[in-house]
Amino acid sequence: MKRLISTFAVAGALGLAASGAQAATKLEQVKSKGFVQCGVSQGLPGFSTPDDKGSWTGLDVDFCRAVASAVLGDPSKVKYTPLSAKDRFTALQSGDIDILSRNTTWTITRDTSLGLNFTGVTYYDGQGFMIRKDKKVNSAMELSGASICTQTGTTTEQNLADFFRANNMNYEVIAFATNDEVVKAYDAGRCDVLTTDRSGLAGERLKLTNPDDHIVLPEIISKEPLGPVVAHGDDQWFDIVKWVLFAQLNAEELGVTSKNVDEQLKSTANPEVKRLLGTEGKYGEGMGIGNDWAYLIIKNVGNYGEMYDKNVGPDTPLKLARGVNALWSKGGLQYAPPIR
Amino acid sequence: MTDLATPASGGKTSFINDPKVRSIGLQLIALLAVVFLGWMFVDNASENLAAQKIATGFGFLDNTAGFGINQTLIPYSETSTYGRAFFVGLLNTILVGVVGIILATVIGFLVGIGRLSKNFVVRLLSTVYVEVLRNLPPLFQILFWYLAVLSAMPGPRNSINLFDEVFISNRGIIIPRPLFNEGTGTVLWSIGAAILAVILIHYWSRARQEETGRRLPMLPIGLAILILVPLAAMYVTGFPIGIERPELKGFNFSGGARVIPEFVALTVALATYTAAFIAENVRAGIQAVSHGQTEAAHSLGLRNSQTLRLVVIPQAMRVIIPPLTSQYLNLTKNSSLAVGIGYPDLVAVFAGTTLNQTGQAIEIIAMTMGVYLVLSIITSVIMNAYNKRVALVER
Repeated sequence: MKRLISTFAVAGALGLAASGAQAATKLEQVKSKGFVQCGVSQGLPGFSTPDDKGSWTGLDVDFCRAVASAVLGDPSKVKYTPLSAKDRFTALQSGDIDILSRNTTWTITRDTSLGLNFTGVTYYDGQGFMIRKDKKVNSAMELSGASICTQTGTTTEQNLADFFRANNMNYEVIAFATNDEVVKAYDAGRCDVLTTDRSGLAGERLKLTNPDDHIVLPEIISKEPLGPVVAHGDDQWFDIVKWVLFAQLNAEELGVTSKNVDEQLKSTANPEVKRLLGTEGKYGEGMGIGNDWAYLIIKNVGNYGEMYDKNVGPDTPLKLARGVNALWSKGGLQYAPPIR
Repeated sequence: MTDLATPASGGKTSFINDPKVRSIGLQLIALLAVVFLGWMFVDNASENLAAQKIATGFGFLDNTAGFGINQTLIPYSETSTYGRAFFVGLLNTILVGVVGIILATVIGFLVGIGRLSKNFVVRLLSTVYVEVLRNLPPLFQILFWYLAVLSAMPGPRNSINLFDEVFISNRGIIIPRPLFNEGTGTVLWSIGAAILAVILIHYWSRARQEETGRRLPMLPIGLAILILVPLAAMYVTGFPIGIERPELKGFNFSGGARVIPEFVALTVALATYTAAFIAENVRAGIQAVSHGQTEAAHSLGLRNSQTLRLVVIPQAMRVIIPPLTSQYLNLTKNSSLAVGIGYPDLVAVFAGTTLNQTGQAIEIIAMTMGVYLVLSIITSVIMNAYNKRVALVER
């Protein structure tokens, strides 16, 4: 019911919003209300999940904190809206949230027909399968006839259909509205296989009764570039969100971390670092924010590598290796345009 | 014919005080206001959608859906269109509605009559049933049937096996499926003919009873016709209807027909929940028939069962039908709680997955609301027609 109501809300908001009036820009709105409203998941370990004190942590959450640092100078000025996969775009379209940072796959349909802009890729992912060890299956090609649980309103549902059709196999899909329902049904034995992005599988596995009884199959059946999303119609806000990630990537490439950023600010002779930290050039001005924007991001949240290691890296319960998410200079895909 | 009711024009009363003109004028203003509001809503919405470059229109119904659905009453595959997915969802909703209404009615009548039983245990059990089930939220009951009952079921390899024909596991209930070979048409026709014959004989025996007072043993005659005629047809055409038995292959059963656990959980939960309310309607209806009616029937020499069937229930129906209609409507509408357990009903398939993939919230929500409205109105029309038939005819 809550989902229906939120859908009505967007229909109503689109219908009733005064169309002629010149509204304030997103940046002005965020500055005047004093916080960034950030859409996150309803609990996906490593990406966005509330801890026992109710504060949110994760890669997607840290990205929101980075945006708040750049715009408001304070990473704590973020309010979170937990959203199911099904509701996330409506919340953004209706203006309930300023950024959607919720392990969302960038696809052409979403980018071009939902009135949204993807600002970059915070995590290069791919869809995988998890199955009980005692089923003795070692490859996704042996899954013909399986019952598969997944979350509705995701690219996962369509990739699944494509994969099984392309390989001429049968399957039964049971699609649930929220992640927790998917995990519960899988744990109860309703389905043989749970499918979602591989990073998601690593997180969901921790929620199962006996995580060690389950394995993730080696096949990756799709490309899932996950990234933050903003609504159409405000290019300035789009630029800011886009460059927050680029700043974090450039910082990692230049070796600037949250620990050495103050020292670098004082002593560096590297012009690239100077431009990044705002001691040379006025790059913040072009976006309508302070020139020390990138300094604030790195000081408060850290560079991309720090953000990755803290939330999903090998030393966390998720144990995800950098893999394709390493910098381009280290054989990965993460590449940011230069700050100049 | 001079009009005495309305004052002649140019009389003492002014034009604005004419009640006829007034009522028409006010209604016109109200209508204009509604039309204007509606137009403003549509105009604003389309302008805002265009400004944000969000796709609009119903063209998406012809696009390929590209997702699977695990219960389809009509042929559907990943390559079918969103329009087809809409009908799959619609039929799944109707299926829950129809099966749920039948089950709820049967349980409701039994429990309702049980509430008035002279037997203490039956009365107590019925009371407990009503008080427990109608006081728990329906979503909670659906989740109970789904998660609590499902996790107690064995996996497909260790299914509960009933005579090697029916298998119950956490994948659902698997039953043998009839196979229709050549000649099935003849058999189906013969079944239709047998039903028609029974109906005709029924009317004839009634007319005969009214004339002569002699009764015909309808039950054995009817059963004999219904069984023997199709059997003869089967024999003549060489038994064209076969049976496909389920077999365990790999992960799941192949062959046979499968009732998915989501359907079972949803239908059972909604039927038992709604039955609690129906039971109370039935009890109220029976109690509304004054005891004098029963006494009068007894003094005419009718037996207890006859009194209930011929005197009490027909009169009770008049009180039961109107609130029963509301319960039927509630059951159909509550079926949208299916999203909680992944049953592919209209809301899950169309207002869920399709909406998310296409992003066309306004069109899809409008269509979904339209469907529930139409389903509810059809139910009301049928029930109102029935109500008219059983209503008290005042002479």
